[in-house]
Amino acid sequence: MTTTGAQEATKERGATARRRLGEGLPPWVERIAVPIVFFVFAALFPFLFSTGSSFIEDCTLALAYTVMALGLNIIVGMAGLLDLGYVAFFAIGAYTIGWLGSGFFSQVNNEEGWHIAVGGFAASLPGIHVNFLLVLVAAIIFTTIAGMLIGLPTLRLRGDYIAIVTLAFGEIIGRIAVNADELKLSSTPIIGGALENTFGADQRLTAGRQGITPVDKVDLPLVDPFTSLNLRQWYWLALALVALVLFVNFRLRDSRLGRAWIALREDEVAAVSMGVPAVKTKLLAYGTGAAFGGMSGAFLGSFNNTVNADQFQFYFSILILGMVILGGLGSIWGVVIGAIALTFINFWLLPDVLNDLPQKVGLDFDATQINFGIYGFLLVIMMIMRPQGLLPERRRKMELTEGAETSDETLYTARA
Amino acid sequence: MSDGDGNGTGILTTEHVTKQFGGLTAVNDVSFVVPEKGIVSIIGPNGAGKTTFFNMLTGFYRPTFGRIVFDGRNITTGRPDRIMKYGMARTFQNIRLFATMSAVENVMVGQNARMRAGLFGSIIRTPGVRKEEKRVLERAHEELEYVGLRRNLHDQLAINLAYGDQRRVEIARALASDPKVLLLDEPTAGMNPQESAQLTEFMRRLRDEKGITIVLIEHDMKVVMGVSEHITVLDHGEKIAEGEPAEVRANPRVVEAYLGKQASEEG
Repeated sequence: MTTTGAQEATKERGATARRRLGEGLPPWVERIAVPIVFFVFAALFPFLFSTGSSFIEDCTLALAYTVMALGLNIIVGMAGLLDLGYVAFFAIGAYTIGWLGSGFFSQVNNEEGWHIAVGGFAASLPGIHVNFLLVLVAAIIFTTIAGMLIGLPTLRLRGDYIAIVTLAFGEIIGRIAVNADELKLSSTPIIGGALENTFGADQRLTAGRQGITPVDKVDLPLVDPFTSLNLRQWYWLALALVALVLFVNFRLRDSRLGRAWIALREDEVAAVSMGVPAVKTKLLAYGTGAAFGGMSGAFLGSFNNTVNADQFQFYFSILILGMVILGGLGSIWGVVIGAIALTFINFWLLPDVLNDLPQKVGLDFDATQINFGIYGFLLVIMMIMRPQGLLPERRRKMELTEGAETSDETLYTARA
Repeated sequence: MSDGDGNGTGILTTEHVTKQFGGLTAVNDVSFVVPEKGIVSIIGPNGAGKTTFFNMLTGFYRPTFGRIVFDGRNITTGRPDRIMKYGMARTFQNIRLFATMSAVENVMVGQNARMRAGLFGSIIRTPGVRKEEKRVLERAHEELEYVGLRRNLHDQLAINLAYGDQRRVEIARALASDPKVLLLDEPTAGMNPQESAQLTEFMRRLRDEKGITIVLIEHDMKVVMGVSEHITVLDHGEKIAEGEPAEVRANPRVVEAYLGKQASEEG
């Protein structure tokens, strides 16, 4: 197949296409300039505030949620699997530190506790106390497994059905967190006796709505243990987690696996017939995305100083999904912006700045009472004005504006 | 081995392959042999079961009865991605490119089965992974040039390409996986006669230069008669004729299937 045709016309077309792509960032800006500016600014930023400033607290939350949003972005944005139960991974990560870094299992080792690589105050407390870095690893392992487990039943499903299954999974984990404070470990079938010997007759699985508290503060090698007085340390740790997750995201996006995810998202039939193993590739998306949720969950457990079942509600999944959509599905920097924006709307703008606005205009409620109404409104405005997100993924933008079509959806499902 | 074959044993064989969807029999008891390095066609009126047959060959449908053997392997119940890895690549009747990936990225996905990079290797980007990425990218450009896509279009999103160029990218994507057999599902659909002639020439080149066996579903009789060494005719899911182009053209059942009974009696 040789081609003919005017060189001029091609150039013209190439140039228009490039201009249309202009909204996406050129690679060197995305890979070098933006990260440097972002991280230098972000690292120096806390010096503008006092060590205990509540604004730094909000910033830390924003970074922790950024980690989660970047995780969800792998599942929803890159691989195109709509996950409405992301809160499950937050919960599992948080319980990892709740179980492995608190006095919750107070009976272990004759009330003297187990201590693994922890120093300072925690080393003398009852309960299980494991070094934060090890907890982080454990949280990653637990949530990766959970992510793959939730992935399994969704493998034969598409679109909306995946959303329903993941939604149910998130709810199951949330309900367990609330109700397992009635669940005595000693009443477990078969291994109940052994558990009773280890954890005591009255040990429950979770602390329900009461919450597991206090939770060990982060204790890293070479630095002083974190305290709730100096929030800068927490902030920098969260920033480091964001940096790590960003790095992994970029590396994966531009790899064999990242291309396989996008190919599956674009056209599953074509991807599979081009040799992309659908099961393995999807499970890796779920596993990787979940791992980030678990990491952030473990951090937040320690930062919030409680692992409380009330944190693990459906709204949280929607909040994180909202960050991904607001920023731009599949766009890594977009999701960072979306996460920061929505966190500040949720934890700063509404409660601290606008909370008494309705009262001022003579209405009898606070802004925080209608925060979901406000998100909903924002998202609707967003979908009308800029459906591709604040900083859209190059690909996604084209899809929404030019209507990339995939047809014959039934082919793959018919296989079963 | 049936007539019209001089190239030795079959690389792809189906034995009594049948596919039923509920009460509907889409493909009924079709046996056929594709000789290695041959160019064979499957023709038949619309709804004859040609694409269903392709979907069974590539593992998207599991035959209700029958057996498919590819390159000495029984692939009857194989997964599509595995079958592709064994060396069977395909294109689709309606072009199915990854619309929002660039042409060159599309072709890189085609090499997925030949790549080794894993999750952790990709994160750390080991020297091996780096080298592989580079090789895969170069190979993708080579394949695109081989099918005649101009270099300045390689980085365009697939969706922005002209129709004929999208066909080229789809073929390049299939070729990038080093297939032994290439299944083309109506590749000339929507092409003008000149483009069709180019494609016919290209199929011969593929076979002669790369030694790839080609199985073609096609409606354009000029293309079919011009390029095929062997033709199998399906109608209502059944094989009604096969043989060399001249034989098939003269077969009254084929004329009947295409033009109706009366026409064949008159003709």
